[in-house]
Amino acid sequence: MEHNVVSPFDLFWHKFKKRRTALVAAVFIVFLVVVAVFAPLFAPHDPMTTDYAQSMQPPSLEHPAGTDVYGRDILSRIIYGSRISLAVGFTSVLVGALVGVTLGLISGFFGGFLDGLIMRTSDVLFAFPGILLAIAIVAILGPGLVNVVVAVSVFSMPTFARIVRGSTLGLKETLYVRAARSVGASRRRLMFVHIMPGTLSGVIVYFTMRIGTSIITAASLSFLGLGAQPPTPEWGAMLAESRDYIGVADHMTIFPGIAIFLTVLFFNLFGDGLRAALDPKLK
Amino acid sequence: MLRFFLKRCLAMIPVLFVVSVLAFAFVHLLPGDPARMMAGPDADVATIEAFRQQLGLDRPLPEQYVRYIGKLLVGDLGISLRTKIAVFDEIALRYTPTMVLALCGMAWSVVFGVLFGAIAAIHSGKWQDYTAMLVSVSGISVPQFWLGLLLIQLCAVYLGWFPVAGYSGKWQELVLPSLTLGATVAAIMARFTLSAFLEVLGEEYISTARAKGVRERLVMWKHAFRNALIPVVTMIGLQFGFLLGGSVVVETVFAWPGLGRYMIEAVGVRDYPVLQALLLLYSFHFVFINLVVDMVYALINPEIRYE
Repeated sequence: MEHNVVSPFDLFWHKFKKRRTALVAAVFIVFLVVVAVFAPLFAPHDPMTTDYAQSMQPPSLEHPAGTDVYGRDILSRIIYGSRISLAVGFTSVLVGALVGVTLGLISGFFGGFLDGLIMRTSDVLFAFPGILLAIAIVAILGPGLVNVVVAVSVFSMPTFARIVRGSTLGLKETLYVRAARSVGASRRRLMFVHIMPGTLSGVIVYFTMRIGTSIITAASLSFLGLGAQPPTPEWGAMLAESRDYIGVADHMTIFPGIAIFLTVLFFNLFGDGLRAALDPKLK
Repeated sequence: MLRFFLKRCLAMIPVLFVVSVLAFAFVHLLPGDPARMMAGPDADVATIEAFRQQLGLDRPLPEQYVRYIGKLLVGDLGISLRTKIAVFDEIALRYTPTMVLALCGMAWSVVFGVLFGAIAAIHSGKWQDYTAMLVSVSGISVPQFWLGLLLIQLCAVYLGWFPVAGYSGKWQELVLPSLTLGATVAAIMARFTLSAFLEVLGEEYISTARAKGVRERLVMWKHAFRNALIPVVTMIGLQFGFLLGGSVVVETVFAWPGLGRYMIEAVGVRDYPVLQALLLLYSFHFVFINLVVDMVYALINPEIRYE
């Protein structure tokens, strides 16, 4: 009898590619990463060069997205800004995931006092809207991009911890984990080799969904003057600079905003597609 | 019900304790000497010592904490470093504008969110569904400060329908900021309503209603919609905290004289007593909102009460 072996990846890919929006989103994200990495090749001008004769020029062939108050090319600044947004979004979620997954594993695996401590702390963090928590952390650490990463990663942690704790509780009673335990696998091995991979599909989905939120939060902090400082080409900071010229130079407001919006939109659509393909509860 | 209420109130105590410790610790978490931070960068040694004594920072930490709580209970939140006015009075001045903005934003988001979600559910799989969900995912993805700037650009500067910024009590000033604040939550609500609605539509009593010949419109609005609203009600409470957080950004965009903008100003000038008080105030609100959500949920769903 012929037997078709379907790998988990094939199954995932079959479901994922049915959602065309998610595919488009994936392509856009790849494109964005390429642009960010090779920013100097894509940017038509230097993002920092000022030219007061060219101040606040509307979009033209020379400057497709116009220029800002200092005559800097906005398109080039958006292209360089993608490096910051992607790096901040990705790093902060990664840090949040690493700490959150570990805490969730510990919480679910050991239970008892540690579990109570970790879960109550995450309850408190959870009750706090991310942006307020981030502002409090930046108030302690001082403004700046690195501190924004710290601030944004802190509020990703509790959710990762919860997701992983939930699946750990289920997985630690499964037959294969008990079998591994019975042949003498160490606790660390049980946690990280046997249980953790089983929790990853939930983590991956949330990871993708979170990047969008983190990019918005980081840009908001920069907009509020707490993140990237001028003259850094950061999208939120660029919008903060544009605020005084509404009605005078509208392109300064429109283009950096579109960059944030599309980036976050495609990360969210991509996350939706991943969830549809990976979540066993959704068919 | 009363027993559940009391139990739930008791459960709040450890959370409130942790929150108060964190707020207390806030000043001590700042890098460097709190007395020096409070006194400002140009203060001489004598001034710093005076500050230390006055704030009780020379005492052991547990004693400081007890004093801090004692002051809190009589409404003493300290003195603003910038204005030298009692923080309590500063906050009282800005409390109403923020609440007005947040409630108004909530109202928009419930109206639009439930409407879009219901439309998407009723026309599931048709263009109305896709349009509503496209609008919704866009609403989640759009940064609030940008949406605010765009609305100012379009509705205030070009069309002149509403004032650009500020608040003096007129309703016209409230429209753009509250729309901006409500947008993200509206989008979340729409998604949530859609899934709640679809779940209800799969229930057997819907099939029964259809089978006995109830008109489709009546099935949707009377049988399904009402039941779908139950989880949505609790969502309203949970999202209110998110709205309060968002008000920090929106108030800054619209120069709104509320707590959120005050907080950003306080961060800028390192007015730590103000920050400490605001963090505590916000946390208390969230804890309280969670309590209310739980109570409403218990009222709607009796199973919870007997857990």
